[in-house]
Amino acid sequence: MADKVLMKGNEAIAEAAIIAGCRHYFGYPITPQTEIAAYMAKKMPKIGGAFLQAESEIAAINMVYGVAAAGRRVMTSSSSPGISLKSEGLSYMAGSDLPALVVNVQRGGPGLGGIQPSQSDYFQATRGSGHGDYHMIVLAPASVQEMAELTVKGFELADTYRMTSMILADGTMGQMMEPVSLEFDVKPAPEKPWATVGTKLQRKHNIVNSLSLVPEELEQLNFERYEKYNYIKENEAMYEEYLMDDAEYAIAAFGIASRVAKNAVNEARKQGIKVGMIRPITLWPFPVAPFKKAADKVKAIISVELSMGQMIEDVRLATECKVPVTLCNRVGGMIVSPEQVLEAIKEVAENGGAK
Amino acid sequence: MVVFDKPHSLNEMSMHYCPGCTHGIIHRLVAEVMDELGIEGRTIGVAPVGCSVMAYNYFNCDMIEAAHGRAPAVATGVKRADPENHVVFTYQGDGDLASIGMAETVHAAARNENITVIFVNNAIYGMTGGQMAPTSLPGQVTQTSPYGRDVNHCGYPIKVCEMLSQLDGPEYLERVTVNSVKAVRNAKKAIKKAFQNQLDGKGFSLVEVVSSCPTNWGLTPQQALKWIDEKMIPYYPLGVYKDRSAGEDK
Repeated sequence: MADKVLMKGNEAIAEAAIIAGCRHYFGYPITPQTEIAAYMAKKMPKIGGAFLQAESEIAAINMVYGVAAAGRRVMTSSSSPGISLKSEGLSYMAGSDLPALVVNVQRGGPGLGGIQPSQSDYFQATRGSGHGDYHMIVLAPASVQEMAELTVKGFELADTYRMTSMILADGTMGQMMEPVSLEFDVKPAPEKPWATVGTKLQRKHNIVNSLSLVPEELEQLNFERYEKYNYIKENEAMYEEYLMDDAEYAIAAFGIASRVAKNAVNEARKQGIKVGMIRPITLWPFPVAPFKKAADKVKAIISVELSMGQMIEDVRLATECKVPVTLCNRVGGMIVSPEQVLEAIKEVAENGGAK
Repeated sequence: MVVFDKPHSLNEMSMHYCPGCTHGIIHRLVAEVMDELGIEGRTIGVAPVGCSVMAYNYFNCDMIEAAHGRAPAVATGVKRADPENHVVFTYQGDGDLASIGMAETVHAAARNENITVIFVNNAIYGMTGGQMAPTSLPGQVTQTSPYGRDVNHCGYPIKVCEMLSQLDGPEYLERVTVNSVKAVRNAKKAIKKAFQNQLDGKGFSLVEVVSSCPTNWGLTPQQALKWIDEKMIPYYPLGVYKDRSAGEDK
């Protein structure tokens, strides 16, 4: 059994990134994720890495773009308003097929919003975030251990598919402390013959670029990128099922909401209600399979979210609207309570799933 | 004996620039400098958005296309990925560098980021068809200042070298032009120094090249070169604005 250390979620991300071989971090201060930058500022100079506080989120993501173009593992982190600013760069990175890790420790919005936890950037994360047809791999940790594990996994997936991986956490996940094991088998970065590191006069020059002025060619590039996305959908979806074997009702929840919902599921079971939970770990690709399966056996699904109902759309798509899907939520930095989720479960159970 | 040849650092693509545009000259100077310093194989260039967006096709070294204005940030990343081996330059126009990318420019200079910046100032947005630039002259007629740039309405042009020279950060700032043989020779000297500084680890070196845009200025190529002397240089005087290590060597 590996030794465990007590860490904040944000620190676990930073340490796991270093373990994954990331030696370049660029960021701009924003609550509630600043511990990541502080950790990197302390550690990077000691291990031959580079930490740089950029002049803006926009500059930070473009520094990431530069390091990624040079083939190195690189990351940035921010919180909701900062991710909006980075979204230009995220679109360019998708258009140039560059791998990197981006962390969003979400806070309530829109606008400047608040600084308390939220999951209201689900649409932004799973629908690309910037302009154009593209996706990021979106990973949703539900513990400090997963903050670390999914950071390592995020770098590996990014390199495998030449995409951005995003850790979609929230203020609670970032700030809370839990014991975490930091022993990982890290897959080393693959060869990157496309990287701009100088030709050494040995090959034709490499160009990292997202401009393509010929419509037929740009269309083809989009087609090829979506073939890759389809492969990822088939092969990389991750989820956890909790007490789903005999479940008559299901909760859909990710991240901190799933932690709360699990308590409510346990309490409901004590009260004789057969409820389980499907917890997406990848939000993109969305784990369609367990929901499809659930749609044929449960009477109703409750989507527990810290948003006005964003993941619920994917749940409805995955279940093809075969069963009613209701929303149980708090927003603006408020967090659902186990009691609230339990009430929602009881309500659908009393109605036998009918709306 | 070959007395005049294409620099190896430029490839065989034919350039898309308008007749009389000075981008071609400036590309050639950058390529000659890469050849002479023997750095083509370890240089990574960062192209802007603007007329020179497709510079990535013309240089033989590895190239990256940046988002509009972000070239200095991208260059910062590439440089810091391998500071010992990477030689990094950005090639940017006035809209890219002095308008949308001003923050990236100022902060790369303030950090004395060890990169080379080639700044082509032709006082207009060329690629989009001739709109007012941050460096368009007072009174200059453009598509978006059809009655001439009214400084009471939209303010004054930005003098990049003068402004950056107030910072402690940058190593070297020089403004040159390319509208005569003598000027071209001088411009090459400045560009070479800006690359040599990077090789010597001295830091942020920017060469502003006062350039022409006959198409959008509505002038013939020859008139445009004259207009540089008559209008541009009085507002943007040539010269060295900062050279921290001047006199240190030799």
